[in-house]
Amino acid sequence: MSLISRKFAHLKAQGKKALIPFITAGDPIPEITVDLMHDLVAAGADLIELGVPFSDPMADGPVIQRASERALEYHVSLRDVLDMVSQFRQLDIETPVILMGYLNPIEVMGYEHFADRAADAGVDGLLIVDIPPEEGEELQRIFKAQSIDQIFLVAPTSTPDRIQRICDVSGGFVYYVSVKGVTGANHLDLSSMEHKLAEIRSRTDLPVGVGFGIKDAQTAAAVSRLADAVVVGSALVSRIEALADEPEKIGASLREVISSMRQAMDKVD
Amino acid sequence: MAITENIIGTLPDERGHFGPYGGLFVSETLMEPLEELRAAYNHYMADENFLKELDEDLANYVGRPSPIYHARRWSEQLGGAQIYLKREDLNHTGAHKVNNTVGQALLARHMGKRRIIAETGAGQHGVASATVAARLGLECVVYMGAVDIIRQEANVYRMRLLGAEVRAVESGSKTLKDALNEAMRDWVTNVDNTFYIIGTVAGPHPYPAMVRDFQSIIGREARTQMLHQAGRQPDALVACVGGGSNAIGLFYPYLDDQAVAIYGVEAAGNGLETGQHAAPLCAGKPGVLHGNRTYLMEDADGQIIETHSISAGLDYPGVGPEHAWLKDSGRANYVAVTDDQALAAFHDLTRIEGIIPALESSHALAYASQLATTMRPDQIILVNLSGRGDKDMHTVAAREGIHL
Repeated sequence: MSLISRKFAHLKAQGKKALIPFITAGDPIPEITVDLMHDLVAAGADLIELGVPFSDPMADGPVIQRASERALEYHVSLRDVLDMVSQFRQLDIETPVILMGYLNPIEVMGYEHFADRAADAGVDGLLIVDIPPEEGEELQRIFKAQSIDQIFLVAPTSTPDRIQRICDVSGGFVYYVSVKGVTGANHLDLSSMEHKLAEIRSRTDLPVGVGFGIKDAQTAAAVSRLADAVVVGSALVSRIEALADEPEKIGASLREVISSMRQAMDKVD
Repeated sequence: MAITENIIGTLPDERGHFGPYGGLFVSETLMEPLEELRAAYNHYMADENFLKELDEDLANYVGRPSPIYHARRWSEQLGGAQIYLKREDLNHTGAHKVNNTVGQALLARHMGKRRIIAETGAGQHGVASATVAARLGLECVVYMGAVDIIRQEANVYRMRLLGAEVRAVESGSKTLKDALNEAMRDWVTNVDNTFYIIGTVAGPHPYPAMVRDFQSIIGREARTQMLHQAGRQPDALVACVGGGSNAIGLFYPYLDDQAVAIYGVEAAGNGLETGQHAAPLCAGKPGVLHGNRTYLMEDADGQIIETHSISAGLDYPGVGPEHAWLKDSGRANYVAVTDDQALAAFHDLTRIEGIIPALESSHALAYASQLATTMRPDQIILVNLSGRGDKDMHTVAAREGIHL
């Protein structure tokens, strides 16, 4: 069983839902990313999603685009991100780490080579935004060989056939994109989400996480009633952006928002 | 690599692959809308009424067929092969772009989409999209890099006159690639009522095939016209390649004629050796961007790098996947000419033939003039004159220290 699956099983036994924060590696400066990861865990995060900076983040809204741009000013590469995960693993071997990014940096490194290095660094899961199951057969085989869970998105536009196909190849959990739009979108529709989550659950036993559009403790709690995991990204990255010139204050700010979400989610019965 | 004998009609495969290139590399939200588009496209391209409507629009609104002109004086001065020009600059709106927007807008209307979005670099595709949207009464939003908005002021004003909203894109390099990212973000958000008119043969399947099919009217007409005017097909075809839509439009109907040499001309900017260029086929390597696998300009970490060309329409770090395949298969040759060479050709054609070409097309002309001198006077080069140069007056004048 992968670390991600063990984490979900453990949470389920406790009657809790997973809280998954997203930050972009290297934002606003590369030196603090590993510390921020530890801060997130200390404040109540169960898994961590670490964004790999990319020059053309087509599926992301302006907040996460700018995070990529800040990190790329320091030329933070896929290699650097893997080094950060290795460093995080020196103090934390419990918290699953998922890399989220785009295909091109992985293509350039080479699939096999990347999978080897990611497994060595302690990466547990991978979410590549721009590779649907149809294009990813080779990658799926390679990640499977390294026991890395490949996480796929299900969207409001996904048909039942597509949902089945995605569930068949997913590892770790299934990630439901709660809105038609880019990251940081602003219109969460809980009733259509409920309908779609039921559709997904009828096709897989994997946990189902929800992301895109979760702004605060209230929305996190509302979503956690329906889903197994809540992914929060732009709300955190906005705080990082606001404090980009005072990076020493970012850790406390992220701890504050994560612990308020944690508390709100744990109160949900 | 061996050249395939019969290429026409065999590519892409049903999932949009041209060998290892092309495909569908988009986020899940767009998979179903792209499938819907693919199905609608296949349906309407077999629908006689749709095709009749398209033909009528191309004839009466665009002004097709565009003529082929024998540039006798220029050919004589060069002293080599005869140069013929396919006059896409004479189309309504002044470039080949409208061949595709007429087709896609018609498709949008049949699919019941009331809102059109487009990305644009030089502004020609934006103008061509705004034009057809005005005619069909569709809402139109055009994304354009903030840098390009400054370079192509006149086209921005044209789009606004036509009723389109032009949105400045301030992210990344603020050029065409960023406009494409932003248009994709809009589409993913408004996918229910919105049709995204991509202007070139790039993007996810079915766009590269669809745009090629709409642009292939160029090569189909040329085959008939060349027989009529010169008594035979040309020895060589030359077209500029940014994304590559005018080039594939000319090349595609000729792919199976092995006797016809094919040259795509990329922008070498300040020179390939300087790194400041927009020539992924000549100096890049394969990768994934904007929904397809193709040759890209990228750094060692896989980040897309900024391109340079005097011509905004060629200033793009990727290229259509079919060109990537044609390069690897050896069926087409890809070369590059610098800003200075393109400008020299711009002036030559203007002064010698009385035709002011677009800076994009000037790249094709520059290479054709080199190629001509290596060929005999009884041989023929057909150049795609993809657009007119009116939009480039400011750029050319500024280069000469003149402020209009």
